[in-house]
Amino acid sequence: MERKIGETLLSVDHISLSFGGVKALTDISFSIRKKEVFAIIGPNGAGKTSMLNVINGFYHPQEGEITYKGVHRKQMRSHEAAVQGIARTFQNVALFKGMSTLDNIMTGRIIRMKRNIFWQAMYLGPARKEEMENREFVEDIIDFLEIQAIRRTPVGRLPYGLQKRVELGRALAMEPELLLLDEPMAGMNIEEKQDMCRFILDVNDQYGTTIALIEHDMGVVMDISERVVVLDYGKKLADGSPDEVRANQDVIDAYLGVPH
Amino acid sequence: MTETASIEKKLDTIPKLLLDHAKQRGNSSANRHKDFGIWQSWTWSEVAEEVRNLACGLAKLGFKRGDKLAVIGDNRPRLYWSMVAAQALGGIPVPLYQDSVAEEMVYVLENSDAKFAIVQNQEQTDKLLEIKDRLPHLEYICYEEPRGMRDYTQEFVFYYKDVQQTGRAFHGENPDYFLQELEQGQGSDISIFLYTSGTTGKPKGVVLTADNLIITARNSIDFDNLTADEEVLAYLPMAWVGDNIFSLAQAYVIGFCVNCPENPETVMTDLKEIGPTYYFAPPAIYETVLTKVMIRMEDAGKIKRSMFNYFMELAKSVGIRILDGKTVSFAEKLLYSIGQILVYGPLRNNLGLSRTRLAYTAGEAIGPEIFEFFRSLGINIKQLYGQTEASVFICAQPDGQVKADTVGTAYPGVELRLADNNEVFYRSPGVFHSYYKNPESTADTKDAEGWVATGDAGFFDEDGHLKIIDRAKDVGRMTDGSMFAPKYIENKLKFFPFIKEAVAFGDEKDYATAFICIDIEAVGNWAERRNLAYSGYTDLSARDEVYDLLQECVESVNADLARDEKLSGSQIKRYLLLHKELDADDGELTRTRKVRRRIVAEKYAVLISALDDPQQTHCEIDSQMTFEDGRTGNVHADLQIRESVSIKSHVHTLAA
Repeated sequence: MERKIGETLLSVDHISLSFGGVKALTDISFSIRKKEVFAIIGPNGAGKTSMLNVINGFYHPQEGEITYKGVHRKQMRSHEAAVQGIARTFQNVALFKGMSTLDNIMTGRIIRMKRNIFWQAMYLGPARKEEMENREFVEDIIDFLEIQAIRRTPVGRLPYGLQKRVELGRALAMEPELLLLDEPMAGMNIEEKQDMCRFILDVNDQYGTTIALIEHDMGVVMDISERVVVLDYGKKLADGSPDEVRANQDVIDAYLGVPH
Repeated sequence: MTETASIEKKLDTIPKLLLDHAKQRGNSSANRHKDFGIWQSWTWSEVAEEVRNLACGLAKLGFKRGDKLAVIGDNRPRLYWSMVAAQALGGIPVPLYQDSVAEEMVYVLENSDAKFAIVQNQEQTDKLLEIKDRLPHLEYICYEEPRGMRDYTQEFVFYYKDVQQTGRAFHGENPDYFLQELEQGQGSDISIFLYTSGTTGKPKGVVLTADNLIITARNSIDFDNLTADEEVLAYLPMAWVGDNIFSLAQAYVIGFCVNCPENPETVMTDLKEIGPTYYFAPPAIYETVLTKVMIRMEDAGKIKRSMFNYFMELAKSVGIRILDGKTVSFAEKLLYSIGQILVYGPLRNNLGLSRTRLAYTAGEAIGPEIFEFFRSLGINIKQLYGQTEASVFICAQPDGQVKADTVGTAYPGVELRLADNNEVFYRSPGVFHSYYKNPESTADTKDAEGWVATGDAGFFDEDGHLKIIDRAKDVGRMTDGSMFAPKYIENKLKFFPFIKEAVAFGDEKDYATAFICIDIEAVGNWAERRNLAYSGYTDLSARDEVYDLLQECVESVNADLARDEKLSGSQIKRYLLLHKELDADDGELTRTRKVRRRIVAEKYAVLISALDDPQQTHCEIDSQMTFEDGRTGNVHADLQIRESVSIKSHVHTLAA
């Protein structure tokens, strides 16, 4: 797959989201282009995760419009988002703790499996073939993420950094076009962060997946993203290349504080 | 007989052996590699074709007789084939340690004049690209795994399979080329360069010929009755001489299958799946396995635990006797076979050693209890003594004559001799050709008659087994002229679980003395079980009860030493338990946890002189230590000095 940043894949226009009286997002607009690495940053409580939840249809905004692959919608629906190729990982790892790495990633394939439960239970003919094809796909991901050694290990026993990697694997199993990563590097040490950065860039490079990530660690974000949107108190402060954002006075103020 | 000899004589290079196996047992497996969760396998005839295509591809790129090919990566069939392909063209493979950083590779690549490099992946390619400016000889880089390599547009970087593709076409046009080149090879040809790790000074490139490798492999196959049905797991670095014998030369001589793990982290799982019949591991690996088993048994249920303890106790006496072919009573045999079903079988299966007929260890002294554990399970683990310069084998233990503290008798075809200072010299068919571009070192190590100095000191025990005691330069003399081998004594002490580190002194002294550092976990555990309260390391190691505990250890080491006439004089007469652990942060250990003898001696000179003075029973010391967060502090301690009983050597008594 040739990696070339192309036209807009997803755009959000004038999105506002509130919970009762609390305004989580106010009039947010930006667009994510095909095959880019896009970051949403901002201090705690800026509305980053809410934004991600709006994109994959977990929250429904009161105002605004979402355009994904050229289709305008008032809101996304979670299942629809998944079928349409939006996958995500969570800030707090959300895996099936008692299941092995392999099985966890296999669950990501369910959306691609067509045989019904009867066929799958019988494990005959087409269901068997389907299982094998999907297993092959999953093995490819395991190889890609270099987690062969923990293939059969229940994920609950794994260290946090590896769990994050498994979660990324499960998201990749959905063959997403747009991958949403919610703080993929939170709670990791430097080495784990470096590994994760490499995997994110490799996913983007090899599978041509568009990536939108939320991250706290400014250094990481600036290094790997092509474009950055900065949120603060639910409002958009800046939007542009890492260098532009870094030079933006509002951003500096939001991060470093302003003397009053 | 003469006919077989002439055929064998013709099979004097690795590539010739390959073609022979492709003919003889073309359909049996030669290599396996786990990839995408499945064991992929290649038969001998497939390997022959892969090697031919690669060799032709390399030839097309301009690889000539005498050119050097660097090989860098984890154990992979394709990398082994690269080495054979280079040899087929009369070239010389130079495997490098895959975890070296780029800087460390510069020297080897430059010294060996490597013109081609075949590497495993992007990581290794990046390393080479980083240093390529400084390597005027390096012309081509070929990578095995395409992942992440799409954007590498350099015209000298090639994909392995593309090279093979060109090779296939080249072979189509020049069908005789490969065979002609291969036939030109001879046993006396240089087969490989292996760089020694170079703990002192620059690494040296050990030049080995095809004869070195093949004759040594043939001898070892006879010695241990290896067959074409062996299964081995190739997981030790390809740049290490052992891997070239165990996973390449032996396999190509006799024709067994070499399995490559999925990646370095999966070795334990892969081991279980393959169940090798023949296995090599350094002592540290056996130790880790034993510790893991013991820890898991601690957590097991009561019934299981007592069953385990009962049968392991039984195995210690019965299992080892069975293995050594000694007589065992019917009742013992019966009990052992019940144990086999309940404990030994499942345990061996769990460790991946179910089928292991023969296991080797070498490199360092192995603890007797580790050795005993594996032997009692019926795994024939033996020790060998070897060097890169010897194509591995110098000594090994013959079946039925295995002891924990020797390295066995001279290997078939090896002559041994001891110098006056007890340094071991050997001469064998495996003796290296030379150090590449280093005639001075070659002359220092190997004399005109082919005797090689090992740098290790040793002696023969009563059964004619060689015992390696220390590096020859570290071995000293005591005032009464007896030999003092510090590392030998320290290792004996360290085999006790209560002792973490030990430092022995005795060169040019009247008697030997030692510092001992207790193992805080083991001794702490022991203390807790006895309701002995303590506040920390310094407190615990000063306790009389602990001294009493350690006294037994020291005296049993003395009893051990007394058994050897030459070492009897170096029994530990006075010792003390150090008030702090030796620590790399304080400069007392190297980062690989080796004692820095000189620094310890300087830092604790007061203690040493107190040990040397028979009048003193106590000694006060202030010493600085570094805490984990980098702060430093002073520790003051009043250490007691204990005397230990030394035992007269019975050899001496008899003489008197």
